[in-house]
Amino acid sequence: MSLDRSQVETVAKLARLAIDDSEINDYVSSLSSILDLVDQLQAIDTTGVEPLANPLDAAQRLRPDAVTETNQREALQTNAPQAEAGLFLVPKVIE
Amino acid sequence: MQWETVIGLEIHVQLSTKSKIFSGSSTAFGAEPNTQANVVDLGLPGVLPVFNEGALKKAIAFGLAIDAEINKKSFFERKNYFYPDLPKGYQTTQLESPIVGPGHVDIMLDNGETKRVRIHHAHLEEDAGKSLHEDFHGMSGIDLNRAGTPLIEIVTEPDMRNSAEAVAFAKKLHTIVTAIGICDGEMSQGSMRFDVNVSIRPKGSDVYGTRTETKNLNSFRFMEEAIKLEVERQIDVIEDGGKVIQETRLYNGDTKTARSMRSKEEANDYRYFPCPDLLPVEIDDDYINAIRGTLPELPDTKMKRFESDYGLTEYDASVLSANGDLADYFEVVVKGCNDAKLAANWCMGELSKYLNQSKRDIRDCPITADSLGLLLARIKDDTVSGKAAKTVFQALADGEGSVDDIIDAKGLKQVTDSGAIEAIVDDVIAANRDQFEELKSGKDKLIGFFVGQVMKASKGQANPGQVNAILKKKMAD
Amino acid sequence: MLNKTLKQLSDSLAAGEFSSTELTSAYLEQIKARDSALNAFITVTDEQALAAAKTADQRRANGEQSPLLGLPIAIKDIFCTTGVKTSCGSKMLDNFIAPYESTATSKLSDAGMIMLGKTNMDEFAMGSSTESSFYGPTKNPWDQESVPGGSSGGSAVAVAARLAPAALGTDTGGSIRQPAALCGITGLKPTYGRVSRWGMIAYGSSFDQGGPMTQTAEDAALILNAIAGFDSRDSTSMDQPVEDYSAGLNQALKGLRIGLPKEYFGDGLDDGIRAAVMEAVKTFEQQGATVKEISLPRTELSIPAYYIIAPAEASTNLSRFDGVRFGYRCDNPKDLMDMYTRTRSEGFGDEVKRRIMIGAYALSAGYYDAYYRKAQQLRRMIKQDFQAALSEVDVIMGPTTPSTAWKIGAKSKDPVDMYLEDIYTLSVNLAGLPGMSIPCGFKDGMPIGLQVIGNYFDESRLLNIGHQFQLATDWHTKKPAV
Repeated sequence: MSLDRSQVETVAKLARLAIDDSEINDYVSSLSSILDLVDQLQAIDTTGVEPLANPLDAAQRLRPDAVTETNQREALQTNAPQAEAGLFLVPKVIE
Repeated sequence: MQWETVIGLEIHVQLSTKSKIFSGSSTAFGAEPNTQANVVDLGLPGVLPVFNEGALKKAIAFGLAIDAEINKKSFFERKNYFYPDLPKGYQTTQLESPIVGPGHVDIMLDNGETKRVRIHHAHLEEDAGKSLHEDFHGMSGIDLNRAGTPLIEIVTEPDMRNSAEAVAFAKKLHTIVTAIGICDGEMSQGSMRFDVNVSIRPKGSDVYGTRTETKNLNSFRFMEEAIKLEVERQIDVIEDGGKVIQETRLYNGDTKTARSMRSKEEANDYRYFPCPDLLPVEIDDDYINAIRGTLPELPDTKMKRFESDYGLTEYDASVLSANGDLADYFEVVVKGCNDAKLAANWCMGELSKYLNQSKRDIRDCPITADSLGLLLARIKDDTVSGKAAKTVFQALADGEGSVDDIIDAKGLKQVTDSGAIEAIVDDVIAANRDQFEELKSGKDKLIGFFVGQVMKASKGQANPGQVNAILKKKMAD
Repeated sequence: MLNKTLKQLSDSLAAGEFSSTELTSAYLEQIKARDSALNAFITVTDEQALAAAKTADQRRANGEQSPLLGLPIAIKDIFCTTGVKTSCGSKMLDNFIAPYESTATSKLSDAGMIMLGKTNMDEFAMGSSTESSFYGPTKNPWDQESVPGGSSGGSAVAVAARLAPAALGTDTGGSIRQPAALCGITGLKPTYGRVSRWGMIAYGSSFDQGGPMTQTAEDAALILNAIAGFDSRDSTSMDQPVEDYSAGLNQALKGLRIGLPKEYFGDGLDDGIRAAVMEAVKTFEQQGATVKEISLPRTELSIPAYYIIAPAEASTNLSRFDGVRFGYRCDNPKDLMDMYTRTRSEGFGDEVKRRIMIGAYALSAGYYDAYYRKAQQLRRMIKQDFQAALSEVDVIMGPTTPSTAWKIGAKSKDPVDMYLEDIYTLSVNLAGLPGMSIPCGFKDGMPIGLQVIGNYFDESRLLNIGHQFQLATDWHTKKPAV
């Protein structure tokens, strides 16, 4: 199955990626060829097969409800692109 | 045209665990920004979630409290969207296989009828952080302390038909989650948040109209206002020949207005899929039954017990059982005075009035249930009059000492010596000879005047019952 | 000193032939002299390494004798390491200094190992050639115009070129085994859940496993002894007892049942590789192993299954790179949407963007069942194929790769060309099984890898087989000319 330009633009927007006009054709063709590759799977009958999410089919372990962390704000915010008054700053959020 | 309103609710309930759903950070409210956001809560690269058993147990407890099916195998999914208060770019939640399946909650309507509201399901998920909208040089500040706080999202069927029903349901849910101790119920801190789905349809129709969702209402009052406003708006739109569009709306409790949320308008594709960092949660009957065994008495059971054991009216029983702390308080008072009706009257009257006026929670009430029980016992044994007891009550609230000390100090003990009362009665009759003759000749309403005069003369300490009896005797003389 | 295996170095340190400081300095000098040509390292941590070596020497002077004490190691730049940049080969993390340490590296340092530096890799581990790194391609030391494989290409080259006696890599679809094969070293991908993923930057969470890259299987056992084990911080870490992986190395292979999947020897396989692998199998037969043809009928389908599930997981794993809390943020964003899209478009390279988009597409409304769900069903069928095969044989052998290392740039035009190179490795990750690649020959001067696949938690057997092979052959001792 091949993708068209508008599908690529839609999925790029969903993933918060901007694709330049100069690159869009390359993406359309490479993504289409990847889809062609993975589309082989459509020919396989998987009726009744339970999907496998974790290779070991294991169950979730539970953590006791206890506070084990302390305030590390200063250390953690050294990686922040922009922080002030203990807050991470971003362009204005409009609801 | 006559319109019918259809309401369904989605309620986010913060679970009162010590630590977050997938990390060991504290969930305490009100900390300095980002001081309770560790590497997992911030979604730093390479970190991993581990599920908090406390959150699981509380979610199961809720399911049991609403008589729901508990799914023995549930799993977590990622709901993908970008938002600055959502650190990982996805919310870990449950879609296909939530922990709590269908259940129900019964509410009491104004006309005294009981109505069943069906719960579609309740799922576990993590809360997001907060965007602060104060101005930081034209930017927003992000506080992730709340990110990762465990939530259950409870989704009802569209079973409510007006704002009163929705509020009654919301209050009942509040009662349940606080009674079973899974949520602190602090609405002002966002511990319970309501999303309201509203649509209207011509009365008699069985087709649903297009609904809107008003998000994040954090008080019963706002919820009621928002529903009424939205119903009016939808009726106006349709009666003006327009169509209701499906949208997310935001209600402003200060201005009493609502608006469409622009940012949510663009169609979302959340791309749910099982979170590969977490494995399926598997539990068995023994696990569920152990939790069942720890559940306290549920509000509905308590209400029935209050009716049968204490002979309370359905209304009194429902009020007193609605708040677990109040219910516990009430039961101690009953024990202290041995009169459930008297205890109910005082708990719902004087005590509630005092708590409302002083804006206190029953848990912070300076008058202990034992003290109130003793005070009511003093009414019953004729030590004080009901009126004097109110004075004692206020003094207890003001911290002036114990019940008996206050009665002594304020000289509130009733005079029950009939000789002393008779002397006062005689004085009053002597001073009001003409009126007494009128009373004797059949002007019965004057009895109140005489009792009042006697009470006044005794500085309120005479037992009114005795005063009455003595007056009757004098009239017969 | 630099030609010794990790085990030999361990013995020399124990015997006092030289100190950890001398050893560490020697490797750091090698890196300084030769890495500008090979580009195996993104960051070299000289100062920390020398300080750690000094501490190790002191520990040894105080009588401590653990086998890894004072031995240097190179770490793939996907493992978070406190105080040192962890880039994952991406501009997105060019400025990221993790405030925490991965479980695997922290276990290595507890064992006394010394980190020489952080090695180059395909950006976010997405690639099979180490060409997609923000820091430029790593060169194969056997031919510097060829790729070293990937994504753990830097780690493979560090070991092959003797810039480090051992390295840590990660394997999502072959990223330890394939570069090990293409660079002529030993690489082990443990069972999924054997090594903690805490602090290892996720690509495909249900596939990713860290593991050793070394000259020999004996060395790999030493590293696995240190890094394997349950970790309460990783929900997918398995609470299984950790064996002493060195203890079983010398068991005889008599009676070993080897399965050769016919699908691994089909048309796409290079003849030189086929011959080398069959020759290796003969060596095992001479040691008393039995060989039988088996079938893994859905081998080819592992490519579509993998290239749906891994990008799907990656597309959401990489959503956290949004310019808000850490990492790259574009200059002067004009609004929130602009910040997200420019940060991510400028911070990620092409292959990462491609996989994010494929993954997002496969999960999107209307396609989920046809792609993601179907791939997960196929994943179970592939696992069942392996389980059926492994009920008849003890291990499965075949080539690690269909061809030897290719020239830099030769497969960069169409990503699908590169994906097909993973045909023999992907299914092992889909099933979560352990797999190992060991050197078994050369084709036109370029190394060939033999892949050995075992049952769950059967790493001991794989290492035993590797060690016995390396006692009988000398492919693992070959090193590229300087």
